Amino acid sequence: MARTFVETGSHVAGLAAQAARAQVVAAYPITPQTAIVEIIADLISSGKMKSQYICVESEHSAMAASIGASASGARTFTATSSHGLAYMHEMLHWASGARLPVVMAVVNRAMGPPWNILPDLGDSLSQRDTGWLQFYCSSHQEIFDTIIQAYRICEDAKVLLPVMICFEGFVLSHTSMPFTVPDQEALDSFLPSYRPGWKLDVENPMGHSTLASSDYYMELRYLMQEAMDNARELIPLVDREYADKFRLPCHGGLLDEYACNDAETIVVSMGTIGSEAKVAVQNLRETGHKVGSVRVRAFRPFPVDEVKRICSKVDAVAVIDRAISFGMEGQLFTEVQSALYDLEDRPLAMNFIAGIGGRDVTEKDIESMALQAAKCAKEGRIDQRVTWYGLRR
Amino acid sequence: MVTLKELTKEELILPGNASCAGCVTNLSVKLALKALGSRTILVVPACCTSVIQGVFPHTSLKIPVLNIAFATTGAAASGVVAGLKAQGIDGITVVGWAGDGGTVDIGIQALSGAAERGTDFIYVCYDNEAYGNTGMQRSGSTPLGAWTTTTPQGKTEPKKNMPFIMAAHKIPYIATLSPSFPTDFIEKFQKAKRIRGPRYLHILIPCPPGWRTDPAMSVELGRLAIQTGSWALFEIENGVFSISTPSRPFLEKTRRKPVKDYLEKQGRFRHLTSQEMAQIQLNVDETWEYYNKVNQAKICP
Repeated sequence: MARTFVETGSHVAGLAAQAARAQVVAAYPITPQTAIVEIIADLISSGKMKSQYICVESEHSAMAASIGASASGARTFTATSSHGLAYMHEMLHWASGARLPVVMAVVNRAMGPPWNILPDLGDSLSQRDTGWLQFYCSSHQEIFDTIIQAYRICEDAKVLLPVMICFEGFVLSHTSMPFTVPDQEALDSFLPSYRPGWKLDVENPMGHSTLASSDYYMELRYLMQEAMDNARELIPLVDREYADKFRLPCHGGLLDEYACNDAETIVVSMGTIGSEAKVAVQNLRETGHKVGSVRVRAFRPFPVDEVKRICSKVDAVAVIDRAISFGMEGQLFTEVQSALYDLEDRPLAMNFIAGIGGRDVTEKDIESMALQAAKCAKEGRIDQRVTWYGLRR
Repeated sequence: MVTLKELTKEELILPGNASCAGCVTNLSVKLALKALGSRTILVVPACCTSVIQGVFPHTSLKIPVLNIAFATTGAAASGVVAGLKAQGIDGITVVGWAGDGGTVDIGIQALSGAAERGTDFIYVCYDNEAYGNTGMQRSGSTPLGAWTTTTPQGKTEPKKNMPFIMAAHKIPYIATLSPSFPTDFIEKFQKAKRIRGPRYLHILIPCPPGWRTDPAMSVELGRLAIQTGSWALFEIENGVFSISTPSRPFLEKTRRKPVKDYLEKQGRFRHLTSQEMAQIQLNVDETWEYYNKVNQAKICP
C-alpha cells in the first residue's frame, strides 16, 4: 500500500535506495549528505533494508567500491556532496567508462575555499563531462521518484551509464516535506531486479576495462554518447509510466515546463529555484506579464530539442544559474544558448548568477530577473549578458 | 609439503602475453593461479599486470579480471566482495593484485581501509621496487641506494616496510614470498585461500629492465635476495611471526652470503661505493637481529 511521510530530503533518498532494493551501498559522510549515510545504516542494521553496507574510508573509495560491487552484478547506491564528489572525480569517469549503472544521490553544496556548506550547484556541474546522467530535483517527491526511475533508465541495456540525482543541501536535504512512497510490490514490478548483461563471473570469465588502443577507444566513447541519446528518449517515457502507474504527478521528463504556451519571457533554472520560479510566474501573470518557467530536470543528457521548441516562440529567456564557470558564465546558460543558436529567430538571452554559496533566491528576486529580461526584449537589446544578481560591490 | 608435480596442469595465464623477457610477475601470476584455481576474481589497478593481460580484444588471463584505477585496489575489491555476498554467491576468492607503487604509495589508504573493515579477500603486492610500468621511477618501496629515473644518484631513504604496516592492522595472515621458491610460494597462496578475512601477501619481483639485470637471471636474483638476507620469507599468522623454511638458515649471520653478491649483479646499484655497500650490509644485519627476536618470541612485529 502507498504511504505518505513527512521527512527530510536525506531521509527520502535513503528510503528510495531501500525501495529500489539497492544490494550494496558504499558511502562516506560529508555535510550535508551525512544524514543519508546514517539513515541507510539504520535501515540496514534494523533489518528493514537487505544490503551490504561498506563504510569506506574516503569518497574515492566509495566510488571504487561501488564500481566493484556493480561489476560483480549487484545493484549499487551511494551518496555524496561537494568536496566528496570532487574527490571521486577520477572514479566517476571509471564508472561511466566501465558502463556500470551506479546510482548516486548528490546533495549540492558549495566548494571551498572558503568553507561553505550551503547549497550551490557548482559541485555537480563541474562533473558535467564525466559521462554520468544528471538529474536536478525540486521536491522530496521528485527525489524519491527520480531515484527509482534512475535505476530503470540506467540499467536499460540501451543506456548502461551511471546516474547522479542532485538536490540542494539544506533547502531539500534538511527540510521536511510530505511525499508518497508507492506500494513496494508495485515498485518491484516497475523496477525488477538488476540483470546485468555481463559481470565478473567465474563461469564466464572476461577481462573488464582492459587496455584498448586507439583502434577501439573512439568507438567505445561513441557508444557512450549514443547511450546518452538513448537515455534522452527513455527519460520522459519512464517518468510518464511511473506517474501513470503510481498516480503521482509527472515531473516533466527532461524538463518541467510551466505556463510556457503563450509566454513572451521564459525563466530557465534548475533545482529548487525552479519551484520558486513557478510562484514568481504566478505573481507576474496576475499583473499581466506573460512569463513562463522551464525547470531543466535532466542536465545530462541535455534537452536540446525541448529547450529549442519552447524558446522558439518567446522574446526573452532569463537563465538563472546557482553556479559559475569561471571565465565564462553560468553552466546552464551556456547549454541553453548553445541550444538556441540553431533557431532562426532567436530570443534575447540573459544570465543571472544567483544563490551561490547558499544565498537566498526569493520569488521577488526571480520576478525582478524576469522583468529585466522582458524589458530588454522590448528595447531589443541587452545591457548586460551576465548579471551577478544582488552582488555587493 | 606441496610438490610441483601435484599441481594442476591447467594454466590460467596464457603464453605469448605482453610481459617483458625474464619477468617473474608473469611466473608469479602463473603459480598464484595454480594455487588459487579458476574460482578466483582478480582486481588489478594500473601496474605491469594491466599490460601483461594484453590489449583488447585479447586477454591472457582465463579468470574474470576487474581493471581499476591506480589508488583503488582495496576499495574496488571490497565492492566485489560485498557484491558477491549481496547476491549470495560464495566460494569465490577475491584477490587484489597490485604493484608496489599501487600498494605502498597511492593505494595504501584503500588497502588500509579494506584491512581495517575485515574485508574477506587476499591482497597481493608484487614488488619490483619502483614504478616499472612508467619506466622505473622511485616508489616508497625502492630500497636505499637504488638508482631509478627519479633518484639518479641513488635513493637516500630506506624501503617502506609494508608487511609490518599490515601487521599493525591485526589481520589474520601476512606472508612474504619469492617466485624463486615456488613450493613456499604456492603453500602460502594455498594457506591464504583457506583463511577468512584480510590476507596480505608481498612478493619480491626481480625486474630485468628496471634493475638493469640479465633477463636470464631473474630467478637466480630472487634466490640471492634470500641467501644474502636482503629479502626474508616469513609469515605473520594471527599475530605470530615465523621465519619460513627457505629463509630459516639465514637467521644465523654466518650462513648469509654478503649483500654485495646480490647488489653487484644489478645495474641499479652500480654507482654504490664500498662504504655505501657496507652501510646496506649493516642495515640487513640489524634487520635480521630483529627477525631473530620476533621469531624466537613468537610475537607480532
